Amino acid sequence: MFPLKKRSRKRQNNIIPGFRLSMGITVTMLSLIVLIPLCSVFLTLSGTTFADFWRVITDKQTVATYRVSLSCAAIAAVVNAVFGILLAWILTRYEFPFRRVLDGLIELPFALPTAVAGISLTTLYSDKGWIGRLFDRIGVKISYTTVGIVIAMIFIGIPFVVRSIQPVLEKLNPQYEEAALVLGASRSRIFFKVVFPEILPATLTGFGLAFARCIGEYGSVVFIAGNIPYKTQITPLIIMNKLEQFNYAAATSIALVMIVFAFVLLFGINLLQARINKIARG
Amino acid sequence: MKHIFSFRKTLALAIALATIAGTLSGCAGNNSPAASSVNSSASAASSAKPVAISNVSYDPTRELYEQYNKLFQEYWEKEKGQKVEITQSHGGSGKQARSVLEGNEADVVTLALEGDVDELRKGGLIEDGWVNEFPKNSAPYTSTIVFLVRKGNPKNLKDWDDLVKPGVEVITPDPKSSGGARWNFLAAWAYADKKFGGDEAKDQEFLKSLYANVTVLDSGARGATTTFVENGQGDVLLAWENEAFLSQKEHPDDFEIITPSLSILAQPSVAVVDANAKKHGTEEVSKAYLEYLYSDDAQRLEGKNYYRPSNPDILKEFGDTFNLNIEMVNIDDDFGGWEKAAGKFFADGAIFDQIYKK
Amino acid sequence: MKQKMIKGTLILLGGTFLVVMLVLPLATVLVYALRQGWETFSKSITDEYAVKALQLTLLTTGITVVVNTVFGIFAAWTITKFRFRGKQTLTTLIDIPFSISPVIAGLVFILVFGRIGWAYPLLEAMNLKIVFAVPGIVLATIFVTFPFVSRELIPLMQAQGNDEEEAAALMGAKGFSIFRRVTFPHIKWALLYGVILCTARSLGEFGAVSVVSGHLRGKTNTLPLHVEILFNEFQLTAAFAVSSILVLIAVIILILRNIVEHRIKREKR
Repeated sequence: MFPLKKRSRKRQNNIIPGFRLSMGITVTMLSLIVLIPLCSVFLTLSGTTFADFWRVITDKQTVATYRVSLSCAAIAAVVNAVFGILLAWILTRYEFPFRRVLDGLIELPFALPTAVAGISLTTLYSDKGWIGRLFDRIGVKISYTTVGIVIAMIFIGIPFVVRSIQPVLEKLNPQYEEAALVLGASRSRIFFKVVFPEILPATLTGFGLAFARCIGEYGSVVFIAGNIPYKTQITPLIIMNKLEQFNYAAATSIALVMIVFAFVLLFGINLLQARINKIARG
Repeated sequence: MKHIFSFRKTLALAIALATIAGTLSGCAGNNSPAASSVNSSASAASSAKPVAISNVSYDPTRELYEQYNKLFQEYWEKEKGQKVEITQSHGGSGKQARSVLEGNEADVVTLALEGDVDELRKGGLIEDGWVNEFPKNSAPYTSTIVFLVRKGNPKNLKDWDDLVKPGVEVITPDPKSSGGARWNFLAAWAYADKKFGGDEAKDQEFLKSLYANVTVLDSGARGATTTFVENGQGDVLLAWENEAFLSQKEHPDDFEIITPSLSILAQPSVAVVDANAKKHGTEEVSKAYLEYLYSDDAQRLEGKNYYRPSNPDILKEFGDTFNLNIEMVNIDDDFGGWEKAAGKFFADGAIFDQIYKK
Repeated sequence: MKQKMIKGTLILLGGTFLVVMLVLPLATVLVYALRQGWETFSKSITDEYAVKALQLTLLTTGITVVVNTVFGIFAAWTITKFRFRGKQTLTTLIDIPFSISPVIAGLVFILVFGRIGWAYPLLEAMNLKIVFAVPGIVLATIFVTFPFVSRELIPLMQAQGNDEEEAAALMGAKGFSIFRRVTFPHIKWALLYGVILCTARSLGEFGAVSVVSGHLRGKTNTLPLHVEILFNEFQLTAAFAVSSILVLIAVIILILRNIVEHRIKREKR
């Protein structure tokens, strides 16, 4: 069932059997579920001229939404990366009351329908809400501003970084850290020299996924965003606007921009991650 | 090896769970194909066999149609001795129209905008001239745009002029993403047009200052209501009359409805989706389903659900609920029809986009 | 002493973040759900259509998790155990569904199987319905959660390296038994995380499913869609009550995971 292929002996990595089968299944499923459906975006666009395409994607209002979506998603992903490392660390290394409860909560943003998440966050952070009220006193508005968009994006991105790092930290033997400590290294030094390089690839993965997910997020963000053109409109909303006018060509044009951007972003991160892995393993 | 063994237990547990989930949903799974095949198997609709139709509608009509469907089922059984099963679907009007266009096989549509139904005609699903298939432009019930303000009307907002004053915060959905919100824009425009005697440059200025007061431009009508009602944003919500009544019903002590001096007649349109009804063999019952919306009983039901009945005599019965003295423009006479209005105001780069341009 | 302070500060920081970003929003859901009392709450969750929607959601989630777990394991194996050209591209393509706005994810299936799609005449001829029926909902959910399992496995398996598998292969072990005896014990936690993430996300998926569902009451409404419909019908309380079922299911799954994890770790000692 898993024949060793002569061809694959050339490289040392391919001693392990199963290349053909696993590659075959991977590519088949990927094509059926992701690639072929995505190609229909191109098919739909085949009736559009390049000039039209360009006009739609460089429209002033649309460009303004790229800016909002990208900057908010980037901030949210950075916050998620920082707190993701922190959370993964305390959840794997420390014992404290409610640790299990906190650990169990991490995936909940996924299970909550995005609209519900959006509505609750908006309520919570509006100037009448529990948290928004506190910020309102110092003159900061959260709901219906870009800050609100960032908050919603942080919410939906929480699980990515934590859950990417956690398994790596769990596998990482605390004995290394203890050994380093005995040898007199400072705690922060241990973290940056011993732990950080190990979790960096996973952090990058989590960061990239959270970033990508935040750019595309629609359901929760529209409630908290305010949606004022040029100020708090996100790109997925513009796509919805085009669809509302039954303009499939314009909607798919902008969709294509988002797909290509996401691909480039994720490709870059994967490349970086592979490079780091190589360095880490010498 | 021990831990592998116990992980196997976990796996067994997971499989058991999945099986339970599967069995539970088995009922649902069985239902859905069976139910959808009823549509096709009913093609030879004899009077004895039950018939199934689906009504794709927009958001706040659920209660209305839940009651109306019962009424119609009784009526149809009495008339024809045939049982009729009706499946409802609700969502944003434009989105619902799109789903029918994309293959959701509705027998009838009951949507918020004539324009949404007309897209189905353009897509070849509905025959030309559908607007005149039923009385009153195929709008059995109507509504209008009103102001929902906080109890006591603290900012004393009486008419459209008050909304452009500095310091007034207005909540209304985005007409680009919410078809229903286009009526809000058009009502304001009609008022300005009357005030400035048809000077469109001034109309546009008026709308610009109105939308400058809009602090949150939600993507849908319901979102805007939540923003205003639950989150306490803004001083006034521009809303469909029936939706304003629904909000008031939920919070009787918190809000008031103000009718401006001039508003617009919002006409939700109904139509038989000819291609689908033909395919399912449900043309007769679908047509009767919509026709019966004009019967006296149904008209009263619509009035009770805060829609204005199109039958003037029955509308009068609801004189306590609705302000019947409001002056109303309508889309055909004052804006030259839906298509023209959509092109002039809401297309990309048209007037609505211009008022937001810096 | 200093060490304790650092530990305390870190826990406090992380805890505060979770409370503000997670616990409070969830509390809001519950407060809303119960604000008209138990009666409204129980009425909305035992509603005929709510129950049907729950069944459909469970079915969809079940199928999705199985498909994505199988895919995830094979994909992670392919990517981490072998060298081949185009590996980065393949990895990235697998990630793509993450970053695609759910709106677009739904739209692509419409563009294939819908009345305006290129596969429509074929489906018509075979009298098959995919979009606006249950298969479309399942497909869209699989699409959206496609990379979840593989994404959890890949970084870990990369960090792990291939030495043990290679040794086993040199000793003549077959592919499946290498996986079961060598790889699997290392990755089981990551796999479990992946499965749970995938389950949670499929339970809550709304955007893509909403595009392909058609919202037929009792037929193609999943629980999140039912929530949205209730919301749009001005029944905010019922909407939140139904969402709390989703939260509840998720919590049960997470507790189960915790119990299993705890027990296995204890046995290991």
